[in-house]
Amino acid sequence: MYTQMMDLPGQVSKGAAAADMSAEERAFQATVDAEGKIEPRDWMPEAYRKTLLRQISQHAHSEVVGMYPEGNWISRAPSLKRKAILIAKVQDEGGHGLYLYSAAETLGQSRDQMMAALNSGRAKYSSIFNYPTLTWADVGAIGWLVDGAAIMNQIPLCRCSYGPYARAMIRVCKEESFHQRQGFDIMLALCRGTPRQKEMAQDAFNRWWWPVLQMFGPPDKDSVHSAQSAAWKIKRVSNDDLRQKFIDVTVPQAELLGLAIPDPELAWNPERGHYDIGAIDWDEFWRVVNGDGPLNRERLATRVAAYEEGQWVRDAAVAYADKQRARARKEAA
Amino acid sequence: MNFEYALRLGDNSLILGQRLAEWLGHSPALEEDIASANISLDLIGQARLWLTLAGRLEGRGRDEDALAYLREEREFRNCTLVELPNGDFAFTVVRRVLFDAYHGLLLERLALSGDADLAAIAAKSKKEVDYHRRHSADWVIRLGDGTEESHRRAQAALDALWNYTHEFFVPDAVDPGAAELHAPWLADVRSILAEATLQVPADGKFLSTGRQGVHSEHLGYLLAEMQVLHRAHPGAKW
Ligand SMILES: [Fe+2]
Ligand SMILES: [Fe+2]
Repeated sequence: MYTQMMDLPGQVSKGAAAADMSAEERAFQATVDAEGKIEPRDWMPEAYRKTLLRQISQHAHSEVVGMYPEGNWISRAPSLKRKAILIAKVQDEGGHGLYLYSAAETLGQSRDQMMAALNSGRAKYSSIFNYPTLTWADVGAIGWLVDGAAIMNQIPLCRCSYGPYARAMIRVCKEESFHQRQGFDIMLALCRGTPRQKEMAQDAFNRWWWPVLQMFGPPDKDSVHSAQSAAWKIKRVSNDDLRQKFIDVTVPQAELLGLAIPDPELAWNPERGHYDIGAIDWDEFWRVVNGDGPLNRERLATRVAAYEEGQWVRDAAVAYADKQRARARKEAA
Repeated sequence: MNFEYALRLGDNSLILGQRLAEWLGHSPALEEDIASANISLDLIGQARLWLTLAGRLEGRGRDEDALAYLREEREFRNCTLVELPNGDFAFTVVRRVLFDAYHGLLLERLALSGDADLAAIAAKSKKEVDYHRRHSADWVIRLGDGTEESHRRAQAALDALWNYTHEFFVPDAVDPGAAELHAPWLADVRSILAEATLQVPADGKFLSTGRQGVHSEHLGYLLAEMQVLHRAHPGAKW
């Protein structure tokens, strides 16, 4: 994952009318309209660059912070096979972070600058990772639901107008769908297992269902700058449409597992051809986004500690590389 | 190859793999999170092969998970070096280079075995361990020849770890040829340490005995954590 909250209200200007556009801007918009790709050297509006930089760096941070909830269970994974799969998954998320930082760097900010923004609390990451993983079933629930939601969000981004982001997303999406299947497979083993295992699966599902629905971001009526992002072909499908699609796909999967959906109002609506759900607690969403979720402080503190404790190592690597260069110069002279 | 020998190989890989995975998300750079995961994954994969082979050799129906999750600390046969807590990044990479150099030589010897199963596992693992050794040696050199602080930390790690390596080379009934690897190991390690500008410590008389199942106090905690969920649900499938 994990692109959520890219559409927080009131951050980006409205799109300009064609008549007010400069020649450069018209050429840019024509490329976007024709489904062409914008590349790092192409001219782009400053607001487009900023929006993308924010979105891609938040996405990168989410991948990196996303290593913690599942990383929490590597040491206790219940079989060596599950341990190996989980290590590989968490490793993939780190890899996603790397490609995304590289994509964001093409927009003119260094990884160090982005990490500093994360560590200072200025940059956001997906709020879902501020929830704890309390049992092994949470590892299954995250793969199945969180990676599942990530795929819904990210598949449209594979067609995003910014070339480096779109290409990174193609690679990332392939791996996310693998993660989703592995998560479902963990849930399946639990649901076919002992009564205690089944109970563990239901408990995890109960705790993750609503936060996962919130991952798609605020309702469309509260997302003021979706229109500009849509015109730029950064955000191509609305929050509510993605959320609906996720619900429609996931409910039958939960039924297959034999898990009850923790929403008494969930019902198939034959007129709409979609599931209806009960009210999402948006106060809870904003509470977690704004820093008061179960683990916001802990996640950030862990990130900061890793960065700070690694400083002497990064310094050593730089010092060694400098010495090597100096030696090579001496030899050449 | 007998059961005890296969356990030594499997347990070395399993316990070091478990330790390395602790770095995930806590490394000095994202690239190192990924490298630790990669190496941990290789080691866990090797452990699965060795423990499966050990179970077969034993012939009592124990599979990789029965051996990993249902033995007690006195039944583990890894050398003590690999179970020590990670310490700082210098301790982690110095421990790794000392072990990786030994591990590679051991596998190289096993790959020549007439036992086809054994030789196949050893040959596959050897390729992975060549990469591990390159990675750890590169870091030991960088830290040793980096800044004053990194040099000091790397030397301190080496001084603390050095005497744990004696155990690798003590011949016993399970591994009568253990001493043969000492000279090539020492030559390899000396060349890495020289490039790292680190001092080879004097040999002390301390001798660890993990291979005999007499471990440090740390292994019990590692196993308690690793085994807790599996043991809480006897017979469950995951
Ligand atoms: Fe990811
Ligand atoms: Fe994922």
